[in-house]
Amino acid sequence: MENQKHISMPVRYGINTTLIVLFLIMGYVLTSSGFTNRAQTSLILQIGIYIILAVSLNVATGYLGQLPLGHAGFMAVGAYSCGIFWKSSLASALPTPISIFLGLVVAGIVAAIFGVLIGIPALRLKGDYLAIITLGFGEIIRVAIINLPSITGGTPGLLGIPKHSNFIVVYLCVVFTIVAIHMMMKSRHGRAILSIRENEIAAESCGINTTYYKVMAFAFSAFFAGIAGGLYAGFQGLLVPKSFDFMASINILVMVVLGGMGSMIGSVIAATVLTALPLLLQSFNTYRMIIYSLLLIIVMIFKPSGLMGMYDFSLSRILERILNRDFPWKKKKGDEVNV
Amino acid sequence: MLFISQLLNGLQLGSIYALVALGYSMVYGIIMLLNFAHGDIIMIGGYIALFSIASGVHPALAVVMAIVGCMLLAMLIEKAAYKPLRSAPRISLLITAIGVSMLLQNVAQLLFGAGARSFPSSSIINAQNLSFGGIQISITAIVTIIVTIISMLVLTFLVQKTKMGKAMRAVSEDLGAAQLMGINVNHVVSFTFAVGAALAGIGAILYCCRYPLVSPTMGSLLGLKAFVAAVLGGIGSIPGAMVGGLAIGLAEVLVTAVGLSAWTDGVVFAILIIVLTFRPTGFFGRSMMEKV
Amino acid sequence: MSKMVPVKQSYSIVPERDYHKSPILEAHHLGIDFGGLTAVDDFNIAIGRTEICGLIGPNGAGKTTVFNLLTKVYQPTRGTILLDGMDTSGFNTVKANQAGIARTFQNIRLFKNLTVLDNVLIGLHNDINCSIPKALLRTPSYWKAEKAAKTKALDLLSIFDMQDLANAEAGSLPYGAQRRLEIVRALATNPKLLLLDEPAAGMNPSETAELMENIRKIRDTFQIAIMLIEHDMNLVMGICEGIAVLSYGKIIAKGTPAEITSNPAVIEAYLGKKEG
Repeated sequence: MENQKHISMPVRYGINTTLIVLFLIMGYVLTSSGFTNRAQTSLILQIGIYIILAVSLNVATGYLGQLPLGHAGFMAVGAYSCGIFWKSSLASALPTPISIFLGLVVAGIVAAIFGVLIGIPALRLKGDYLAIITLGFGEIIRVAIINLPSITGGTPGLLGIPKHSNFIVVYLCVVFTIVAIHMMMKSRHGRAILSIRENEIAAESCGINTTYYKVMAFAFSAFFAGIAGGLYAGFQGLLVPKSFDFMASINILVMVVLGGMGSMIGSVIAATVLTALPLLLQSFNTYRMIIYSLLLIIVMIFKPSGLMGMYDFSLSRILERILNRDFPWKKKKGDEVNV
Repeated sequence: MLFISQLLNGLQLGSIYALVALGYSMVYGIIMLLNFAHGDIIMIGGYIALFSIASGVHPALAVVMAIVGCMLLAMLIEKAAYKPLRSAPRISLLITAIGVSMLLQNVAQLLFGAGARSFPSSSIINAQNLSFGGIQISITAIVTIIVTIISMLVLTFLVQKTKMGKAMRAVSEDLGAAQLMGINVNHVVSFTFAVGAALAGIGAILYCCRYPLVSPTMGSLLGLKAFVAAVLGGIGSIPGAMVGGLAIGLAEVLVTAVGLSAWTDGVVFAILIIVLTFRPTGFFGRSMMEKV
Repeated sequence: MSKMVPVKQSYSIVPERDYHKSPILEAHHLGIDFGGLTAVDDFNIAIGRTEICGLIGPNGAGKTTVFNLLTKVYQPTRGTILLDGMDTSGFNTVKANQAGIARTFQNIRLFKNLTVLDNVLIGLHNDINCSIPKALLRTPSYWKAEKAAKTKALDLLSIFDMQDLANAEAGSLPYGAQRRLEIVRALATNPKLLLLDEPAAGMNPSETAELMENIRKIRDTFQIAIMLIEHDMNLVMGICEGIAVLSYGKIIAKGTPAEITSNPAVIEAYLGKKEG
């Protein structure tokens, strides 16, 4: 144990930051130089938006262990607040980067407020009752959007939103979301959220204020969904209520569950694959949704914990293993006895 | 005058919700599954009735075929998709149910087309309104309410007085213990799905008589609202489903009557949130305390 | 808010001991009904600050219910609980823990999918001083707090010699180790009174003997009171300074182990009344 090589904290952060920056430059060059065509660029942006949605839903589903079915509702709230802000004269008077930033902050905060609002009645409820109440909440938002055309544009939609969501904006939001959630989960607050999932009564007996952490996790989850909504508004340029219906919530949930609830890397992979898949399946378009739903049933029957289970990816852990020549296929003697 | 026909209208809609709600309630009571595919079974029932009448089958036989078709389909779904997951995490089961619902909708869309088809409701109930001194009384509404009451009575008898009903109640109380008492849990679960689907089949016919259109997505919102009714009344309770269904139906008609028809869906879910916030087990539900 | 109530000597399990002068916990006429059923009634007890006491009784006597009442998992129908002189009525489980009552569970309730270390760190939750912004920004104080907590957690684990298991998944531990981990987690919340619900259940005799040593060691190191429910009479008689016997929700006897073993009411409760 003693002569194990460890990568020190600054080096870890250095490696991760370098990779993030490299990826940013690479993506920027590829999307702006015309290497990727319009359809490919738009797919990349959509993947980014869905990664944020899936990772944020994973906070409430995978980490807190609840089952919200109204994530698209938070997304809608964020999308419309951001879209309305970006269309306002205030936003156009500001320099574009600041207006983009403020719009996304507004989207996140408004969604988080809604997250708290739905979190409070949801507290008294467990499991499926909570699921159904969040579902109802999502539907109410949708109905409200349809019926308040003076603010939201109603059924025809909110048109003429500036298309602010380019690669850099989306990419930075994805990084921000993943980093913030990671930081949160690796602190005492994150552990408190996990303890509620694991055993609520035991968590309470450990002095953890489960009420507070449930509402907080909901708000946290909604905040990022709001940002994703803002990005979606800036990506589409127009918003219609139908994009935020029950099936939209289910789509996000499917990503989280297939990826493995409680695994961030799982959510990221599933969001990427499931966003790209419909495009790849375009050639047999008529059977696309049938294949998709069958896939869902089959994965659930044969791997109910999702593709990644609760596994969480850590680059430095993998590097450490390589440094220590500790490969899974090189089982050392005594390893089995250890646990 | 208008009030009475609106009331009747609400009772009619509520009865349909109640019938569908029972299917959710019973399945939830037994395997704790929010069976998302239940609404789509209604849709299939609608198509079966539609096509059998169109191909010249006697309407009464078409109704029976729709009901039996729903039952077989529900049993098939249970065996193929839900049974392998009985010991899996609840959320996996729920996702599977969502998958089944999507599958049914998309298969229907592939086979029958995405558009709505009109349903020959007049061949089942001759929908001529009765008129009593200015009050319009819809026969369809009366028939719906009567059929629902009869179905409820039969179901209550089934659950309270028969051996199978006793087994169902035992399984919903404690699946493991029921198994140890020699109850064949698989049969009971199958039977529950079948009974729920039969009610859904009846609901499908009555629903199509009121709104004579059949489309692949007709079941999803109907299903959701019926589930709301089940939760509202208290999951697992037969009178609860009835009361919950009627409450939702009347609320919808009321909201429409005051000229806010675009808000009906929102109001239904708002009622749900308010009721669950103050009475988490619904009107008739029993509270369950976790043993520490 | 907190009102001092003079201790009634008669509530103490072993009245002549002087540590009962200012008990850590007092329960006065505690009772709870479930529907029409009275599960616990007129439960009076006072526990000394560093006392190890036992709560025994036949199955279904209401022992775990007493624990649930003390930790506010159930709200009592009647009576008051004073913790260190402070009235705990209106407290919930979280507040009861923060006030100083920690417990383990009869049916182990660990955070099974988390590591052993994380389980203890969750117990230390209120001990770690780090706000959400600090955690998100990874300020130096975050690292300091996390490091201190980790050291403390490993220290606590070393009571049961479990520090090498820190990174194992809690649910993968053998049964005995899970019970020990639950005790460590409860200790991490910095309690004044530790409630152990059948700590030796499922342990073999040598493990039980070791557990006895450790319970004593915990009391001596942390200077806290420990109350335990246990069916293993060797353990109860071996470490408890006072024992209360519960039968049908009521205390039927209190006293030292020697007094309890010779008490006819206790023998009757356990073995039934002698015929004829």
